[in-house]
Amino acid sequence: MFAFGRLWRRASYGVLAPPRLRGGSWAAHGYLFVAPFFIVFGIFQLYPILYSLYLSFTDWQGFGAPHLVGAANYSRLLEDPLFYKSIRNTLTIWIISIVPELVLALVLALILNERRVRGKHLFRAVYYFPNIVTPVSIGVLFSLLFDWQTGAVNRAMAALHLVNQPIDWLGSPLLSQVLVAAVMCWQWFGYNMLLYTAGLQSIPQELYEAARVDGATAVQTALRVTIPLLRPVIIFTVITSIIGGMQIFDVPYLLSGAGPDNSTLTIVMYLYNTAFQNSHYGYASTIAYATFVLIAVLSLVTFRLTRSREG
Amino acid sequence: MRTQRVTGAGRKRPSAVASVRRSAGTLLIHAFLVALALTCVLPFYSMLVDSTHSSTDISTKLLLLPGDDFVGNYERLMRTINIWEGFLHSALIAVSSTALSLYFSALAGYGFSKYPFRGRGFLFGFVLATMMIPGQLGIVGFFNLMNAFHLLNTYWPLILPSIANAFAIFFLRQVCDSSVPTELLEAARIDGAGELRIFHSIVLPLLTPSLATLAIFVFISKWNSFLEPLIIIFDNAKQTLPVMVAMTKGQFATDYGAQYVGVVISVIPILIVFSVASRRVISGITVGVLKG
Repeated sequence: MFAFGRLWRRASYGVLAPPRLRGGSWAAHGYLFVAPFFIVFGIFQLYPILYSLYLSFTDWQGFGAPHLVGAANYSRLLEDPLFYKSIRNTLTIWIISIVPELVLALVLALILNERRVRGKHLFRAVYYFPNIVTPVSIGVLFSLLFDWQTGAVNRAMAALHLVNQPIDWLGSPLLSQVLVAAVMCWQWFGYNMLLYTAGLQSIPQELYEAARVDGATAVQTALRVTIPLLRPVIIFTVITSIIGGMQIFDVPYLLSGAGPDNSTLTIVMYLYNTAFQNSHYGYASTIAYATFVLIAVLSLVTFRLTRSREG
Repeated sequence: MRTQRVTGAGRKRPSAVASVRRSAGTLLIHAFLVALALTCVLPFYSMLVDSTHSSTDISTKLLLLPGDDFVGNYERLMRTINIWEGFLHSALIAVSSTALSLYFSALAGYGFSKYPFRGRGFLFGFVLATMMIPGQLGIVGFFNLMNAFHLLNTYWPLILPSIANAFAIFFLRQVCDSSVPTELLEAARIDGAGELRIFHSIVLPLLTPSLATLAIFVFISKWNSFLEPLIIIFDNAKQTLPVMVAMTKGQFATDYGAQYVGVVISVIPILIVFSVASRRVISGITVGVLKG
C-alpha cells in the first residue's frame, strides 16, 4: 500500500514535466536499462540456485537422469560426522580470527584518526594491501613460509632463540586452525579498519569538542562517544564477516588442505570435495543449502542480539 | 648562565613532563604501527627474497637478502607450467568481465536513478537482496547448467555472469543520484536525443571517475577468483593464473624456488596497481560504506 502511494507520486512527476517529456514513452526505457541485470541474474544465478534445490532431493552423480530420493540427503546430512566437523572447524577458525581482527581494526582506525600520527595514508595502504592479494597466492605463500622443516618462519624463530625445536604448524590440528585464522585476520583487519575509519569520519566534530569541554580523556571519549556511534558500522562488519567467514575456501585449501585429522576442512571445502572430487552432486547441493541456512541463522541472531541491546 | 638555565627549566617543568610523556606515547604508538606494518610487508619481502634462491638454500638457510637464482627457478617453473599463459587468460577474463560489469551496471544504476517506472522500488530492493546470497549456494546447479549449454572448459561461464553485478548497480545508482543533473537529461530530450544516446554521450562521461574506482575492485575480484575456474576449466593449459599458482604446489612439491616464482608473478601486478592507485582504492571503500 505504501509502495503504491510512492509509485503514484513518482508517476505524477511525468504530469508535471513539460509536455514533450510526459507519459511513459521515455520512462519505460528504465525497464530496458535494468533488464540485462535481471536476465543474466536469472540465467546464471537464480536458475542454478533453484536447480541446486531440486538436485538436493536427488542422488545425481553426474551422469544419467537425476533420481528423486526424497529427503534422504537431508537425513544423511544430519548424521554426517564430517559435515558437523566442517561446521565446527569453520566456526572455530572464524571465532579465533574475528575477535583480534575487529579489535585491531577498531584500535587502528582510532589511532590513525589522531592528528599527531604521521604517515597515515602509508599505514592505511600497507594494512589494507594483504586484502587485495590473490588468496590462492597467500595460501601457497604461507604454506611455504610455515613449512616446519624448510619454512622461513621456523628458521627465523630459531635464529632469534624463540624456539629450540621447529614448530610443526601444519601437523597439529589446533595449530593449523590457529594458523588459518591468523592468516584470515591478517588478510581482513586492514579492510575493516578502512570501514571503521569511514564511520569515524562521519561522526560530527562538535561531539568531540563537547567531550573535551567536559574534560573527558581520550579513552573515555573513545568508549562513550566514538564506539556507540560506530555501532551500525560494527554490526555491518560482523555480519559481512559471518557471510565471508562461513565460506572460506581458497586460503585453507592451499595452506593446509583438509589439515591433520580434517581440522581445517571448511564447509565449502567439504562441498567442493563432495561435488567435484567425488561426483556426489545431489548430496553436495544439500550441503550448500544447509550452509545457506546456517549463514542466514547466524546473521539473523547477530542482528537480533545487537538490536535487543538497543531497547 | 648556569642559574638562568636551571630556573628556566624549573619554570617550564610541568609542561615539559607532559610533553615528554606525550611524545613517549606518540613514539610508542608509532612503534606499534611500524611493527604491524612489518607483519604486513615481511611475508611479501620473504617471498621476493626466497624466489631468488635455490630450493636447497631456501630449505636450509635463513635468507635475508636477494640471491641470483631467480632465472633458474623461473626456467624450471616454465618448463612444466606456462604461467604467462595463465596470466593472459586471467587478464582476458578480468578485463572483459570488468568492461561488461561496468557498462551494464552503469546502465541499470542510471535506469534506477532517473527513470520513474512502476515497480522501481521493489526491483531495486530485489537487486540489493541478491547481495546477501552466498556465492556457493548455486554452484552445483551452475556447473550442471554450463554442462547443458556445452560451455564447460570455455571462458563464457566466467565472463557473462559479470553483467549482473548488484553491488556495482547499488554504487552507481548513488553516483547518478548525486552527480547526474536531471535538468541536463531534460535539455537533451528537448533537443531530440534518444534515451540510449543520452546515456552514452552525457551520463557515461559524467560517471567516468566513479567507474574508474569501481573498475579496480571488479578487476581485482575477478583476477583473484579461484573456485569458478577450478570447476569450469578442465584443460590445464587453459587455466587462469590463480589455478596455475595452486598447481605449482602439487607439481613442484619440494622445488620451493619455482613455487615462489609463481607466487611472485601473481602478486607483482597487484602490487603495481595498488601502489599507483592506492588513494583511489582506499577512498572507494570509504565512499561505498558511507553510502551503504
